[in-house]
Amino acid sequence: MWIEWNIAVKFLREGRSQTALILVGIAVGVSVIVFITALITGLQANIIERTLGTQAHIKIQSPDELNRIVPAAIGTAQLILEDKRAQRLRSINNWQQVLTILDALSEVVAVSPVVSGPAFARRGESLESVALVGIDAPRYQKIIPISEDMVAGQFRVGAGNAVIGQLLADNLGLRVGDKLRLDAGFDGFSVVNIAGIFELGVRELDSRYVYLDLKQAQSLLNLPGGVTVIDVTVQDIFTADVAAARIGRLTGLKSESWMETNTQLMNALTSQSLSTSMISVFVALSVAFGIASVLSVSVVQRTREIGILRAMGTTQQQMLLVFLIQGALYGLAGSLVGGMAGYALVWTFNNLGPGLFYIPVANTLVPIAMTIATLTGVLAAAVPARRAARLDPVVAIRYV
Amino acid sequence: MSEDNQEVLRLENIKKSYNIGQATETEVLHGIDMRVVKSDFTALIGPSGSGKSTLLNLIGLLDSPTSGELFLLGKPTREMDDATRTALRGNSIGFVFQFHHLIQAFTAMENVLMPLMLAHGKPNKESLDRGKELLTEVGLEKFIDKKPNELSGGQQQRVAIARALITRPALLLADEPTGNLDTKTAADVFALFRRFNEKFGCAFLLVTHDPRLSDSCDQTLTLVDGMLVEQ
Repeated sequence: MWIEWNIAVKFLREGRSQTALILVGIAVGVSVIVFITALITGLQANIIERTLGTQAHIKIQSPDELNRIVPAAIGTAQLILEDKRAQRLRSINNWQQVLTILDALSEVVAVSPVVSGPAFARRGESLESVALVGIDAPRYQKIIPISEDMVAGQFRVGAGNAVIGQLLADNLGLRVGDKLRLDAGFDGFSVVNIAGIFELGVRELDSRYVYLDLKQAQSLLNLPGGVTVIDVTVQDIFTADVAAARIGRLTGLKSESWMETNTQLMNALTSQSLSTSMISVFVALSVAFGIASVLSVSVVQRTREIGILRAMGTTQQQMLLVFLIQGALYGLAGSLVGGMAGYALVWTFNNLGPGLFYIPVANTLVPIAMTIATLTGVLAAAVPARRAARLDPVVAIRYV
Repeated sequence: MSEDNQEVLRLENIKKSYNIGQATETEVLHGIDMRVVKSDFTALIGPSGSGKSTLLNLIGLLDSPTSGELFLLGKPTREMDDATRTALRGNSIGFVFQFHHLIQAFTAMENVLMPLMLAHGKPNKESLDRGKELLTEVGLEKFIDKKPNELSGGQQQRVAIARALITRPALLLADEPTGNLDTKTAADVFALFRRFNEKFGCAFLLVTHDPRLSDSCDQTLTLVDGMLVEQ
């Protein structure tokens, strides 16, 4: 390998301007791939974080209630006119057992029982429709870390405390320490103390959510001891659908992943990834053709030298290797420069760009790009290398 | 068989045709028989188109005959695969061409060591010494690290000769080795050939147009229309 390596390097160094040109070409291609991959990955991570920062990966609810149809007697036909049943607020059966099962699943990171239902919030003359969310605070925090988004007071539920969103607080003119009357439409109402105000940046949540202690929400919603939803987060968000299906099978409950509830978002993410891959593939292809054509020209230029080397005892195998190494070196060196340029682009975007979001660069991105570029170089060199190896030394030596 | 009578090369009824199976099929060599033993110093002459270069390519294992058998150091070569042929060629044959044919990207020393490096990789101390010794012999000890384009035509040809001899080949083939050199330089190169022939016992086969050169050889083979003619 030593001599093949040496000849390859010397050939590259001798054809300096050619080498420099193709290296620039490869570097541009690789930097585009690195930058666009980092950009899209960063963008997607940002979107997902914003979306999933305020919702559970998987929501588990009671299955919908269905009409039970009495089967028709044998030999008779039956016409059915069926009204769908109204779905009343119901507790998940045996939710404590379900919780135990979920806690034991390896892919599950956090599980939080929630009782949630509609209510009116009244302060003086003003009335707002709100969503009551009764939670087990420590468990819920693992799903949505609300205490990080507090703008006033503390995240504290229980003992008559409630936490509400910024918009709701504005609409009702509430401050921390004020009282709020909640009425869920059942007998009686509760007056809660505003312990804290949060702002998640999602209008729906900031204007409607009222966090209460599980017990208090249960009594307001007339579901003593019940929970209506179990929130779950999983380790790998992109396998949430698989985990949701598994949970559905295990518990017999309705189990929905964030992917199903955000179909549009998933479509957008998938097509983004697809277009990134397309761009990468086509850039890589043009880089490969660039390498192949430069090496083809080099084989023609060096025909006589190849002939001499063959006459002096270079085997076809060695000749092949000489040109494959050149392809690999083009790929490696070009992608090294390109990777650095890609980093520089990302840095520029992060530090001097519009500042919409931060692009993190995975440590593996550049090494992977370099590996792929090197392999691409070898593949691209295959055709010219074969031609070099198969040159007839007799013809090659006399080539002028 | 005495030491000096050791056979290096034997050709048995070698024929070579081009464009086989086509209307333009031509037989260039019509059954060549020849034998070269150790320390032979032979000139191969003949008019243009007589098949000298074709014969030299066959002997140099750069090409295969259409029929007949070529024995190099006693080994039949016609059925050899590329790797074996290449190895045999690298070890036992040295080439000197009309145009020096050095690799431009390498220094004089690297060019000289190339056949060894191709066979064994990184040169060891012994190889380096041998390369230096050969370059000194051809009078280029001061040009060891020069690239070919920094050397004159005669100097380049001398590097090529040193390169041809680095493997201590049994047979050195030279195709118009002085064709591109002035008379003085040509004489120097020829003198070098003679000296190496005597020093290493390497058999020389020189293809040449130059009667002065062929007259100075021990024997002369004449090729006319693809046949060897007795002189």
